[in-house]
Amino acid sequence: MAAVMPAPAQTRLFLSGNEAVARAVWESGCRVAAAYPGTPSTEMLEEISGYPDIYAEWSVNEKVSLEVAIGAAYAGSRAFCAMKHVGMNVASDALMTLTLTGVIGGLVIAIADDVGLSSSQNEQDSRYWGRFAHLPVFEPADSQEAYEMTKAAFDLSERFQCPVILRLTTRICHVKALATVGERSEHAAAGFKKDVARWVMTPAGAVRRIPLMFEREQALRAEAEASALNFVDAGTDARVGFVTSGPAYMHVRESFPDAPVLKLGLSCPLPLEKIRAFAATVDKLIVAEEVEPLIETELKANGIACVGKEILPRQGELAPHVLKPIIAKLLGEPAREAIAPPAQVFPRPPTMCVACPHLGVYYTLSQLKNITIAGDIGCYTLGAGHPWNALDTTISMGASMGIAMGLDKGRGEADKDKRILAVIGDSTFMHMGMQGLLDIVYNKGNVTVLILDNRAVGMTGGQNNPGNGRDIHGEAAPRVDFAKLVESLGVKPERIHVVDPYLLPVLFKTLRDEIKVPEVSVIITNQPCVLVDDYKKQQPFEVIDDKCTGCGNCVEVGCPAIHVMRREKAVKPSGKEVELQFVQIETAACTGCGLCVQPCAPDAIVKVAPGAPVGILKRH
Amino acid sequence: MERDVTNILVVGIGGQGVMTATEILAEAAIALGFDAKKTEVAGMAQRGGVVSSHLRFGPRVLSPQITAGSADLLLAFEAAEALRWCHYLKPGALVLMNTAKLVPPVVNIGLYDYPADPVAEIRAQGHDVHAFDAMDIAVTLGDVRLGNSVMLGAAADHLPFPAEQLLAAIVKRFASRKPQLVDLNRRAFEAGRAADAAAGHKEKQAA
Repeated sequence: MAAVMPAPAQTRLFLSGNEAVARAVWESGCRVAAAYPGTPSTEMLEEISGYPDIYAEWSVNEKVSLEVAIGAAYAGSRAFCAMKHVGMNVASDALMTLTLTGVIGGLVIAIADDVGLSSSQNEQDSRYWGRFAHLPVFEPADSQEAYEMTKAAFDLSERFQCPVILRLTTRICHVKALATVGERSEHAAAGFKKDVARWVMTPAGAVRRIPLMFEREQALRAEAEASALNFVDAGTDARVGFVTSGPAYMHVRESFPDAPVLKLGLSCPLPLEKIRAFAATVDKLIVAEEVEPLIETELKANGIACVGKEILPRQGELAPHVLKPIIAKLLGEPAREAIAPPAQVFPRPPTMCVACPHLGVYYTLSQLKNITIAGDIGCYTLGAGHPWNALDTTISMGASMGIAMGLDKGRGEADKDKRILAVIGDSTFMHMGMQGLLDIVYNKGNVTVLILDNRAVGMTGGQNNPGNGRDIHGEAAPRVDFAKLVESLGVKPERIHVVDPYLLPVLFKTLRDEIKVPEVSVIITNQPCVLVDDYKKQQPFEVIDDKCTGCGNCVEVGCPAIHVMRREKAVKPSGKEVELQFVQIETAACTGCGLCVQPCAPDAIVKVAPGAPVGILKRH
Repeated sequence: MERDVTNILVVGIGGQGVMTATEILAEAAIALGFDAKKTEVAGMAQRGGVVSSHLRFGPRVLSPQITAGSADLLLAFEAAEALRWCHYLKPGALVLMNTAKLVPPVVNIGLYDYPADPVAEIRAQGHDVHAFDAMDIAVTLGDVRLGNSVMLGAAADHLPFPAEQLLAAIVKRFASRKPQLVDLNRRAFEAGRAADAAAGHKEKQAA
């Protein structure tokens, strides 16, 4: 992305929370920003990469991104890194000692929690890191606050010489709202100053830094007590009063416009005395926080009576439709009139794209018998769904490697002939999979590894990575050679195959041969994601109606451009009843990959004649 | 506060331009001086999943989410999606819907049925429905991607501001990104507006 001219100061812009944070990072004079893509955090770095005067990178994983930001902050530059909630699990090794060294240049770490699990494998509350690492946490409630708190976080970070956590949720990152922006101010790098006692954390050094960390925490608590970001909205109906933070604040205000509210913007360390004083002004104190009872537990431990997760849900968002009936019940009020129940409509789960190179892989895997497939995080996790049902585990980035190894070594007697496979994408492999493969090689595991190299971080929108030879700006960058990489990890050259996933017979034969070999093999597929520029569309295919026998083989490929137009029951010569599925291809959607042609026995699928019109299937 | 806020729910499936349409509606409202918030769950939307985009505008907007039973208007880019979300409407509120059916793989492989008559089911819930084939209109004009402007045109006479305000937002958007497409989208907008008027006329006659 080319650098753009930022909008002038004082402009009121319609910004997502991510865009608002990016603007504030730029205005704060930040010089280095790093991240690994992950929903809902991705757009922060994408946006930052468009601003001038700031070094931005896609790092290979979140731990590296944090370490890059730490180094820059040690050098005295303002630095920023962003990640989704699970990213901090990876980065936390660095974080937990960073809190001892602190920083010179301001360092802001944005962590985006996927409250409600729009696109994640779990739901975590990243505010825990503030308590765990004894670091301050800001919690914005909309785009304007995301912008303002990012700037406040840089200032606080420099004043206390410690990193600051900016805790976002999906409902901040991806909500667009109006925000008034300001001017950029420059912050030159102070320069790295050698200080072994501070920057080299040996036991002897660290033990002296721990008391300083606790002193800092006390000073930060006083800061939170005095902060204008922790304020009271006076209310006229004090039967209940709310302590709340983040997007829950907006939901509380929307639902109970007359109730007093103490809004926490700098929510860690907790301003306990401010809360105690507020509690004295209301009949009943409710803590509305997403998602774990952190504030609530601390209040109860400090003798401040409150109600929280006894009545409010411990997962998902505290949206008005969640809050209103629960508080009404607490107050002994009748619930509002019932809303019509939703109609029963089929589910519409995400699908793989038309012509996705993963379709050929999962079609082939679905044809193999007696296998267990350890999967990983990315678009290809969808292989667990219909029609392939060809993925058996998913837990965390890169886990397919270690889990496959464990499935091999821990197999029971009944599974002694089972073949173990691992499926992982290019970006996930570079993120955290390489070490796992090294483990399989070193410890002589019997696993067939499929690296699905589609030259992009597909799930998050096709970001560049070291596998496609382009950097965050789209400029040329060194490109990883996966075959050489896995060979250097110790995989035998004859056990490494680079395969075009659109050539189903080759893919099938390679897989069938390699799963029989009792040692580690790596099969690398080499066709790009259909959503990136590298993908070239071809002339679409169509179905000749008279030739289609309804066998349904093409339907098993799982391409969304193939539609079953008619079903018929038929009896086979063996007497078995089968359902025939007569198909059509939506030629306007088809990009001519040719996957469906290959399992079609009657040759009913042919190229649309050049120049002939393509069409959308009518389903009325 | 609630009574001054307009709630518009825009629904469809990933790749149809639902989020862009909502953004243009928001831009029109903001140009008139309203506060506005727009939210959706977008993470996996481009993989053909369900997309529902909430737009709230008024003097001041707090929560970005529309609560079930409180939407003033449902703009549905796909027939089954209109049915899926119509319980978000206030009683008797209007559904503007594209009658085109986009059938997902789970229906194709026979795991689920596509609803037989989404329009009738929505009417049975007490809502007015203006139904028209936005996809057909777009394809006739030359590009299925014009469906977005067709749908906005259909909404134009059901907003608390003049239709021209919405058209201006569309023109502004294309003028800055793809100026060659301004006229085509203007035509799509007018075609959608006409399709809605015709559908509304039919609805009245039926009643």
